[in-house]
Amino acid sequence: MANSNSQVQIQTEKEKNTGGIKVRRAIAYVVLSFVTVLCLFWFFILFINATRGDAELAKGFTVIPGGYLIKNMLGLMGRPEIPIWYGLLNSFIIAGSSAVLATYFSTMTAYAIHTYEFKAKKFMFTFILMIMMIPTQVTALGFIRMVYAMGLENNFIPLIVPAIAAPVTFFYMKQYMDSALPLSIIEAARIDGSGEFRTFNTIALPMMKPAIAVQAIFTFVSSWNNYFTPALILKTARNKTLPLLIRQLQKSDYLTQDMGQVYFMIAFSILPVIIVYVFLSKFIVQGIALGSVKG
Amino acid sequence: MKEAKKGNIVKYNKWGYIFLIPFVVVYLVFQVYPLVSTIFFSFFEYYEENLAVVGPTWNNFEHYIQIFSDGSIVKYAENTIIMWLMGFIPQILVSLLLGAWFSDTRLHLKAAGFFKAVIYLPNLIMASAFAMLFFTLFASSGPINSILVDLKILDQPFRFLENILATRTLVAFMNFIMWFGNTTILLMAGMMGIDPSLFEAAEVDGATSTQVFFRITLPLLRPILVYVAITSLVGGLQMFDVPEILTESTGDPNECAKTLIMYLNSQISVSKNYGLAGAISVVLFVLTGALSMLVFWVTNKKE
Repeated sequence: MANSNSQVQIQTEKEKNTGGIKVRRAIAYVVLSFVTVLCLFWFFILFINATRGDAELAKGFTVIPGGYLIKNMLGLMGRPEIPIWYGLLNSFIIAGSSAVLATYFSTMTAYAIHTYEFKAKKFMFTFILMIMMIPTQVTALGFIRMVYAMGLENNFIPLIVPAIAAPVTFFYMKQYMDSALPLSIIEAARIDGSGEFRTFNTIALPMMKPAIAVQAIFTFVSSWNNYFTPALILKTARNKTLPLLIRQLQKSDYLTQDMGQVYFMIAFSILPVIIVYVFLSKFIVQGIALGSVKG
Repeated sequence: MKEAKKGNIVKYNKWGYIFLIPFVVVYLVFQVYPLVSTIFFSFFEYYEENLAVVGPTWNNFEHYIQIFSDGSIVKYAENTIIMWLMGFIPQILVSLLLGAWFSDTRLHLKAAGFFKAVIYLPNLIMASAFAMLFFTLFASSGPINSILVDLKILDQPFRFLENILATRTLVAFMNFIMWFGNTTILLMAGMMGIDPSLFEAAEVDGATSTQVFFRITLPLLRPILVYVAITSLVGGLQMFDVPEILTESTGDPNECAKTLIMYLNSQISVSKNYGLAGAISVVLFVLTGALSMLVFWVTNKKE
């Protein structure tokens, strides 16, 4: 009797909750829709305005796209101090090479710690975890003086090669290996007579593909977006990456600025990342939580 | 037999060192050496004037005394922290709310994947491009003013970037938009890691969602909240691209948006006072180093 009574009580409690849940769900959808607008509104204006001409833009904002997209692009291409296609190419070379080096060598570093037993192993692992959060800016001064002394000013090398030592990528790879690369497989390869370097390249590396893909995207994007270090190293217009060209465009006289070109330049710089994101967003969002929170 | 096996292990294990070579060499050349020389420069008079290099000559703690006594480093640290807080407080509140909704199985939100993808998007957008966009949108002749005047909210265009509060708010708002999606996903992952039987037990006991959130979710989430707060502060101390572009490198009005890294950057590439830049770097290194140790300690406490 007491039992059924408490069951009834739970029943009514549940009904009350489902009524409450509908209200809460409605509130959640309203808030989420608002947040969505807050995130996308700026880019909506950006892409509309990139299609409009300077004279139209001066008249005020409308939601209807204009027909000036190509003209804005051609206008920018006629300005030798803002070589947008060189900027695109430079950004691609630097970000692409960084992504390849960072993922390959971070996997290798993680593999060393994961697979082998050696004296300095624990020390190395702890050391890399500790330096993970030291920002590159604090070593920038010494870095720049060294780069200039090496004669690598205006060169891509100092923007690409340091990617080989990427503690965050290393940490992600190590986490992934712990769950996806059993030592027995490496042992089996040894018995089959595979050399250590070959085992790494032909067995371990392919098994790490999902983690490599996630980290390749993140490294590419952060290098693509990087402003601080490239701004200290790249000096001539033709060697500059897109973020530097944006600053270059901002520096040119603002009053005589063709605003259509400014919007086009911004859209042009962020479009590649947006396109990749449209196709891979699910994969990327899943990837964030995996590496950052331990355990 | 046993010895042979041990010999094998030793033979293989030298590969541990071999595979570490690329990381170690690159790290020594591009991180350790620059760090050591940065610290070294901070104790020297070393600058460029009219293309002539002066120094380096030893001058003790002069640069440190200078940046603290003229109040510059304190002022720029204050700007940085104020703008970080203005962005971080709404960020953590919104992220907790959204994280709780996304991880609530009873709520069962449809299109959660879409919403997560949208709120994470701004994190991948080039910060300098985003800042340039806001610089243009919020200009006195820009579209935001034109919309506000058209809607009769304003009588005449408001000069956002000539107002201290408005400039700082814009920087903080951009940081908020860029980072709250990332924080939401981290907190959500933490919330999903909480033992579901705790929620079931609370449900049976008739706890409301609010009670569940404050009595179960929040206390169990504390380590992750601490992690998020400290890593965000370390990121906040590196704030550069957004205020740099939004204020055209000046930090104006009244240098209210000039951050520590903008100060460092101007000493390296404009004033070319390398000794002073070294001292600023060392202060930043000590600050972020201490905070990193704190994160390291918090995340490894369990073991």
